[in-house]
Amino acid sequence: MRILLRPQCRTVDLTGRRTVARLLRELGVLPGTAMVIRKDTLLLDSEIVEEDDEIEVRAVISGGAA
Amino acid sequence: MKCVRCRAKPEVYLRAHNAAFCRGCYLEYFTRQVERAVRRQRMLGPTDRVLVAVSGGKDSLALWDVLAGLGYDTTGLYLAQGIGAYSARSRQLVETFAATRGFPLQVVDFAEQDGGMTVPDVAALTRRSPCAACGTLKRHYFDRAARDGGFDVLATGHNLDDEAARLLGNVLHWQRDHLARQRPVLEPTHAAFVRKVKPLYLLSEYETASYAFLRGIDYVVDECPNAAGATQLLYKDVLGRLEAASPGTKAGFVREFLRTGQPAFAAETTPAAGTCERCGMPSFGEVCSHCALVAEIARKRTEPPRAVAP
Repeated sequence: MRILLRPQCRTVDLTGRRTVARLLRELGVLPGTAMVIRKDTLLLDSEIVEEDDEIEVRAVISGGAA
Repeated sequence: MKCVRCRAKPEVYLRAHNAAFCRGCYLEYFTRQVERAVRRQRMLGPTDRVLVAVSGGKDSLALWDVLAGLGYDTTGLYLAQGIGAYSARSRQLVETFAATRGFPLQVVDFAEQDGGMTVPDVAALTRRSPCAACGTLKRHYFDRAARDGGFDVLATGHNLDDEAARLLGNVLHWQRDHLARQRPVLEPTHAAFVRKVKPLYLLSEYETASYAFLRGIDYVVDECPNAAGATQLLYKDVLGRLEAASPGTKAGFVREFLRTGQPAFAAETTPAAGTCERCGMPSFGEVCSHCALVAEIARKRTEPPRAVAP
């Protein structure tokens, strides 16, 4: 599967299916700090992402607010 | 796992609440949370004219979307800070958001203010950090636009993560004056101020981002280039780790501070602000920090270049 990490605009290619929770652990992303998006839907931690999926992991944390 | 309201397939799971929602029920939940915060904290009256500070990010656009949907009389205020492609992109997103919904929008272009006050220029000329320059300018132009436009309230998109990180920073440095003012509603302390409110103060960044995504709001995902290494991001990372280990930590931290800690700090007297002799905005000196900055910039621009030592 191809993972697009935003806002870094970096792609990661992984093989095999896994849960969203495992995917986030592998990417070092803390729960609740990113949305996991497939097409136009949000995925829960328990859902399975497949080998041929294209997934966006979009960070939700922003900083610098004065 | 099913939606806690309608048992449909969920799209959002909120660990702090141990609750999952389908798309429709989540949007309803989010809207009701904003409505409840506004009502419980008496943030807005039904006839108030509300100026919503919008940056192009998920929080401020979500806030504007919800408040307008609830029927409030809202106008957006965007500050064009001149931070290269980041500002250009965020301005484009805000203008598109407002135009497609028919929402009124005001734009203040820093490049056109006082001979040119973009954040990069101010930072370079004064050796301030870009974030310090940005903070001084934003506070001034927010307040001035609210006063000049005759608005009753200024609403900002500060969320639970912002408030928890700010609280952690204030506690780590025991900034008593800042703790005294950290509230979701700030009543005006000067004739030139309007009420300031933070209707998203109990909603996490995950919740606001999910709302924006599910509503199809096109927001700026990129981080401000000046935010890299910002202390607030470090605090958010620490709090995110605590939240992952113990869901609900951030909400408890902020809620309990507001219930038990904040009133003790608020009881301390703080000096009343005077009036800036140049712009008429609140000030603790003869001129406010913004006008002092404008004068410093003007001086630096007219100074002859320094001779280079041989």
